[in-house]
Formats: sequence, C-alpha cells, structure tokens
Amino acid sequence: MQVLYFGWVRSKIGVPGEDIRPPADVATIADLIVWLKGRGHGYAEAFRDLSIVRAAVNQEMAQLDAPIRAGDEVALFPPMTGG
Amino acid sequence: MIKVQAEDFDIGAALATLTAGKTHVGALASFVGLVRDIAGEHRIASMTLEHYPGMTERALAGIEAEARARWPLDDVLIVHRYGRLEPGDRIVLVATTSAHRDAAMNACHFLIDWLKTKAPFWKLEDGSGGAAWVAARDSDDDAAERWQTSPTAQKSPTST
Repeated sequence: MQVLYFGWVRSKIGVPGEDIRPPADVATIADLIVWLKGRGHGYAEAFRDLSIVRAAVNQEMAQLDAPIRAGDEVALFPPMTGG
Repeated sequence: MIKVQAEDFDIGAALATLTAGKTHVGALASFVGLVRDIAGEHRIASMTLEHYPGMTERALAGIEAEARARWPLDDVLIVHRYGRLEPGDRIVLVATTSAHRDAAMNACHFLIDWLKTKAPFWKLEDGSGGAAWVAARDSDDDAAERWQTSPTAQKSPTST
C-alpha cells in the first residue's frame, strides 16, 4: 500500500510517502492512522487531532471510516488551502 | 480547461485565447489570486504551494464540471500554480465565458470559493514569523458552503 503525506502531515512525519504493509486487521483509514501512530513520535504528532486530518483513497476524498485494501494509494493531509 | 503549473501565466493572453473567434460569447469574468506580503502581524517573504499531482488536476476538473452543470458556460479556465512564490506573484487564474454576464460572474465566484477548500493545495508561508503552514479558514468553508444550494445560487439580485 502506498501512503502519501502532504502539508504539515508530511513535515511532521518527515517523508512525503512510503510503501507500507499494515497488518490484516487494518481495514479502514482510521485503523491505518492508529497503526501509523505507533511508528514514532512524528506520526503521533501528525495524527494527534484527527478533526484536522483529511484523507483520499486512490485520489478521491474519503471519510476516515472508509475501507482500504492492499494496492490502494492512501493520502493523508491537512484541510486544503487552494486558491 | 485545467492547468496546474509552476510557471507564471499571462493574464491577457489567457483571456484573449478563451474568447478568440467566439462571437456568441457576450461575457468574460475572471479572478486572479495574488500572494500578499502580510499575514496577520508577519511580513511574508515567500509562499510555497504544495500539491498532489494527479489528484489536484482531477479535483479541479471535478469543480469545473460542477460549474458547467450549474451555469450555461461556454468555457472555463483554471490555471493554478505550485512551488515557491513571492509577494505580488500570481497564484491562480479563474475565468469563465458565457453568453450573458450573470452566468459568467456567478460561476467565476463559485469556482474560486470551491477552490479554496476543495482543491488539493497546501500553503507554507515564510517570513518575519518563521515558516508556518497556512491553516484552513472557517470563512472559506462558509464561502464554499453558500454555494451548496445550487438552484438559488444561479440567480443574482442584479439579474435583468
């Protein structure tokens, strides 16, 4: 599974993305975030307040309870500030 | 048409192209967003826009399609830059053409309001206060929200 980070989610984690193999019980984006938080301080900082974390699966906006599967491209980022 | 690019754009050339040879177009509306030199109490030296290649283009195309579904538009142009910009630099151009001004102006306003909260860009400001990510504003959410009720949004009080 490819995970991409943008904005301050990226700067807190320290990498723009990574290939990961989460355990089988990671079924949703929320599950993935819980699992990622266990990977280190930067992750815990990035996902401390989930009310300001947005997600996309395969480049479409998704709710945190959306299902994910192997092969998906999952992106995690702050609320967007375009324009 | 959607363009996501690092390079600057020529407003005059872009608008001229949009209407060239189209004598049925009676209205062209445009909006240009620029980098401001001040944010709160801090002087801004630069603003770096990050985007999500692929999804950014897709999201902008979705917003364009929404505008075309709501108003009778002849054409839509969105040019959005990414990378490091400085105060005074152009960030975004939104332009719409239609037979009449109401559709062009309302659609242009709608597009920039939706871009603010629905286009995958993130802004990092650097200046007298150090480097800081720009937080999403509630006022931008409110501005996008007021276009949710599409039927009334298509009528303008100045409509004649």
